[in-house]
Amino acid sequence: MTATESLEKQFDETIARNDRIEPRDWMPEKYRKTLIRQVAQHAHSEIIGMQPEGNWITRAPSLRRKAILLAKVQDEAGHGLYLYSACETLGVSRRELTELLIEGQQKYSSIFNYPTLSYADVGTIGWLVDGAAICNQVPLCRTSYGPYGRSMIRICKEESFHQRQGFELLATMMRGTDEQRAMVQESVDRFWWPALMMFGPPDADSPNTEQSMAWGIKRDTNDELRQKFVDMTVPQAEALGVTLPDPSLVWNEERGHHDFGQPDWDEFMRVVKGGGPCNAQRIAHRRHAHEDGAWVREAATAFAAKGASA
Amino acid sequence: MSEVPEMVQDDWPLYEIFVRGKRGLNHVHVGSLHAADDEMALRHARDVYTRRNEGVSIWAVRSDAIAASSPDEKDPLFAPANDKVYRHPTFYSIPDDVPHM
Ligand SMILES: [Fe+2]
Ligand SMILES: [Fe+2]
Repeated sequence: MTATESLEKQFDETIARNDRIEPRDWMPEKYRKTLIRQVAQHAHSEIIGMQPEGNWITRAPSLRRKAILLAKVQDEAGHGLYLYSACETLGVSRRELTELLIEGQQKYSSIFNYPTLSYADVGTIGWLVDGAAICNQVPLCRTSYGPYGRSMIRICKEESFHQRQGFELLATMMRGTDEQRAMVQESVDRFWWPALMMFGPPDADSPNTEQSMAWGIKRDTNDELRQKFVDMTVPQAEALGVTLPDPSLVWNEERGHHDFGQPDWDEFMRVVKGGGPCNAQRIAHRRHAHEDGAWVREAATAFAAKGASA
Repeated sequence: MSEVPEMVQDDWPLYEIFVRGKRGLNHVHVGSLHAADDEMALRHARDVYTRRNEGVSIWAVRSDAIAASSPDEKDPLFAPANDKVYRHPTFYSIPDDVPHM
């Protein structure tokens, strides 16, 4: 057996035992690349995801809602940092990743390319978007790469607040005026399909899923997670008193699951490729924030150098 | 100990962050972050890793100051422990009816 073969065997055995791979372990180059792509994309989503909701911080309807929204958006910044920190253990730097993002060479979740048109959207994002994120993230706590799984555990602990504040916001509006109820319904109508797209294309069109599951990076397929999300969300929608905008959504006694329609996958591909309503705006904003912060990074470096030589 | 290979270069050094969850517990590694100096590392660690009272004390240690036992988590350093089974209580058989042992 060559040295590489023996390393590969050790790696395969670790995966087969359901043990975690740690940063200093040998790993196949494709495993490393796949993880960098997935964790970076996840980190970028947390960071870009601050923008749609951040849009409403200065116009929150009360001090209470403003404090909640600030805390939530700050959490998302934290999630991005946990994930960049995990990604760096694979041998890339946060600086490189940030540059790849603003050059458009790495992706983030397509959901954040949709605009937030009313304050009800803050509630809908918490309920549906963070709800979908939870569905995705809970199984990732058991992912095969140690630092990624540990980041996911921290993140999942914090996501529950995000979803609950969103649901509570919508429930409050549903107890308000007809106009407020209409705002909630309109918001849910806009976000339902993009939320279903968050789980990625159908399994038949997701060529990387099989390898990612074999490596224990992913634990469930896109369609399994989407089904789980729909089943979880239907009773919540009933409790809220909103209608989910899918005429084919119906309980299937035989399967023990809901049947539901497919999102417009052409729209999904268009948004992923940059053609969504806010793609350009999101990246431009991220680029400005990065460039406008350059002097702060330089000043802190200079200050630290001065302290070190004093 | 350090989780990041040397090839990672960034303007600000990398720090590993350890948090004591509450009195009576050890500091535990929670992740890493970049900071210009020690003071900034502690401030950022507070914001990133303890937004919900997760800690009563933080250590920030420059990653390049940590000595690691080996590049591989499976270290021959720990192998000698494997053949000293007599260090574990289960090595000794005691009759079931002997109490409090
Ligand atoms: Fe998040
Ligand atoms: Fe969240």
